[in-house]
Amino acid sequence: MAGSRVRVPANAKRGEVIEIRAMALHPMENGFRFDTQGTLIPVNIIHTFICRYNGDEVFRATLQPGISANPYLSFTTVAQDSGMFEFVWLDDEGGYETAWAKIDVS
Amino acid sequence: MRRLAAIILGVALLAGLALAQQRPIYSIEDRRSGFTFLTPETQALQNDDFSNPGLLWVDRGEQLWQTAPRNGKSCTSCHGDAARSMRGVAARYPAFAAEVGRVINLEQRINLCRGRQELPPLPYETQDLLALTAFVSRQSHGIPIDVNINGPAAQSFANGRAAYEQRRGQLDLSCAQCHEANVGARLRGEVISQGQVNGFPLYRQIWQTTASSHRMFAWCNEAVRAEPFASGSQEYVDLELYAKWRGRGLSIEAPAVRR
Repeated sequence: MAGSRVRVPANAKRGEVIEIRAMALHPMENGFRFDTQGTLIPVNIIHTFICRYNGDEVFRATLQPGISANPYLSFTTVAQDSGMFEFVWLDDEGGYETAWAKIDVS
Repeated sequence: MRRLAAIILGVALLAGLALAQQRPIYSIEDRRSGFTFLTPETQALQNDDFSNPGLLWVDRGEQLWQTAPRNGKSCTSCHGDAARSMRGVAARYPAFAAEVGRVINLEQRINLCRGRQELPPLPYETQDLLALTAFVSRQSHGIPIDVNINGPAAQSFANGRAAYEQRRGQLDLSCAQCHEANVGARLRGEVISQGQVNGFPLYRQIWQTTASSHRMFAWCNEAVRAEPFASGSQEYVDLELYAKWRGRGLSIEAPAVRR
């Protein structure tokens, strides 16, 4: 996989609900398309997205073939401690993408 | 009191001027960026500095810019900070390149540079070439187009203009017949734009990917049932130069979002 963008607020108050946005560069091949030579392009989608906050899973999504390329996800969580958000995308070809973002909680 | 009011007015005017300079120019005289034909939702997507999908390519281009290939030098090692060294470049291209004796576009300039580092050229429409072009073009965001069409570029420009006005394909239509004579009219569900190229490489929603202007030209040629030229062909570079000149004064919007 080739790239991703994540956005987490740099600062938050403890207990505050924060919005997290994540997007990955991926073709999300649905397995129904043909290439210019008429060969079926095998299905290759991001099947799983996971977000961990200081090691604890706070969000997980299972993606399906109907979802557009470069999937964009937005969700919320509660700010608890300063630390790291870790993002993981897994696709059907065994490819993966990871990203990290820091947050300061006061 | 009157003097104070005058000073306040002056400061406000100056601030307004500074703001106006930073804001992209979406239309000038009778020239209108494709941006002005979009729905407000798509306009908002383009101007969102997080969720504009074209920025995925810009990010990747930035990585490529900084990464040195094996036995080679990174772009940074010669060109330094792209924000300074590449500022305004996309507004000037396509441009005449003396070392090859013809007009070349940004993609070809990147590949020429790779050739000097003894790296193989990146084929057209590959993710890496799109990413690098998008990253370099992004550095000119908001800068008005100012291509040189005189001197050694004059022949290319004339060829581009001729190609623009040439009827082609089974539908026997030229670029100008839609993008000049029928701007604002509808083609099924689409509103016909002026065909400005100030946003390339841009994220096209129906393709769900970032694309070069040459892919768009080829797509347009196929739409009038004409045989498209190859991406990177001199025919398309000339056409790109003419199309870019048509949008002179419009801001570079790369990576734009279009339907």
